Amino acid sequence: MVSVVYEAPNSIGEAVRLLKESEIPARVLAGGTDLIIQNNSTEDQSRLIVDVKKIDGMLDAKFSKDGLELGPSMCCAELTARGDIKQTFPGLVEAAYLIGSTQVQGRASIGGNLCNASPAADTIPALIANKAVCVISGPNGERNIAVEGFVTGVGTNCLKEGELVRLIKVPMPSERSSDAYLRFIPRTEMDIAVAGAAVSLALDDDDVCVSARVAIGAVAPTALLVESAAACLIGTKLDDVALKNAARAASESSSPISDRRGTADYRRHIVGVLVKRAAIIAMQRAQGEKV
Amino acid sequence: MTKAHVTTSVNGDPYEFLCEPGETLLTVLRDDLQLTGTKEGCGSGDCGACSVLLNGRLVCSCLVLGVEAEGAEVQTVEGIGNNDSLHVIQEKFLEHAALQCGICTPGLIVSVKALLEENPNPTEEEARYYLAGNLCRCTGYDKIIRAVLDAAQTMKEESAI
Repeated sequence: MVSVVYEAPNSIGEAVRLLKESEIPARVLAGGTDLIIQNNSTEDQSRLIVDVKKIDGMLDAKFSKDGLELGPSMCCAELTARGDIKQTFPGLVEAAYLIGSTQVQGRASIGGNLCNASPAADTIPALIANKAVCVISGPNGERNIAVEGFVTGVGTNCLKEGELVRLIKVPMPSERSSDAYLRFIPRTEMDIAVAGAAVSLALDDDDVCVSARVAIGAVAPTALLVESAAACLIGTKLDDVALKNAARAASESSSPISDRRGTADYRRHIVGVLVKRAAIIAMQRAQGEKV
Repeated sequence: MTKAHVTTSVNGDPYEFLCEPGETLLTVLRDDLQLTGTKEGCGSGDCGACSVLLNGRLVCSCLVLGVEAEGAEVQTVEGIGNNDSLHVIQEKFLEHAALQCGICTPGLIVSVKALLEENPNPTEEEARYYLAGNLCRCTGYDKIIRAVLDAAQTMKEESAI
């Protein structure tokens, strides 16, 4: 078993210093639902674990006039219980609610889901659809990066040595807009996405879609922002033709693999279906329906 | 490797222990504090046998480091009832024969208590979803769910008195 050195700094500066100066491989600990399992299987002889949950703001979430400022280590159980977040970003909350079990949601965080960078991560498409931005702290100060640029491959992200995600910002949606996330799994719970789709859109007073973002998960090495699918929705009332075109665009953008969860052909098809259904739910929510 | 010194509270009692920084809370509870009611099933957060409350939140203790218990409040199955005085949930599990081999039972008792504190009147569907992270290889879950719904009803009636 890996030999662990544990630190729980109180400040971002101290966390950055620990990560930067460590002579052994260093990992950030948030909820630990991926990291602690990896501790049992890593080939590292030793590891520095930097628990970031004692740093101010890491476990908080608040709204400013610009939108949601989400502490990346807040556990999913706390997030999904927050009525204000659910009201503004129901799709993001439903993605968090689909992760693992009640127990896993008691620890797992959005920031962890993002940094772990699984192709099937549920919250990443929902963050992308909502135009979320990561605020990264590091040895050279702060930088911001859109979530769609954060994940670089299967299990890899753009964090450089000494860097960590300090905050996730989700811009305030406009009037008459909403989001939705759907995933397909063969069971009803406790499973990993075969495919996932998040849609965020805004309507004008005549119910014409004026802006949209579509993101898909588990059908490529990283979650993808599919601008071609969003373009099929914008300017329409999400009629059958628009939805069919958006579904086709999503399917065509995907590059899934075949594995025990599903074949590539099946995933390519199902991700389009999910985009279509998520778009309808987001539209209904934007119209004020409780769905 | 230097051991970490941790001060914590388990079931309301103060505890101090030394542990390897990589050790899980599950190992600490069972091997260092001799609180063996919490069971190890999968060790990877899939089965729920090691469920405890950490600062009031239901978690798998195999996915928590012992050092993270510093200053925290931990509640285990040992704090819920004892041989002389069982909790209603435990009585209902016996009454409905909601266990066979028993390995999943302590984790289920902890989870059911958390469920009924959050939602004293769950529907069958709500109970099944909440408890989806507690795997049982013996019962087929039906008796467990009957025990849970009966316990909820009984607790509601008792609190109304």
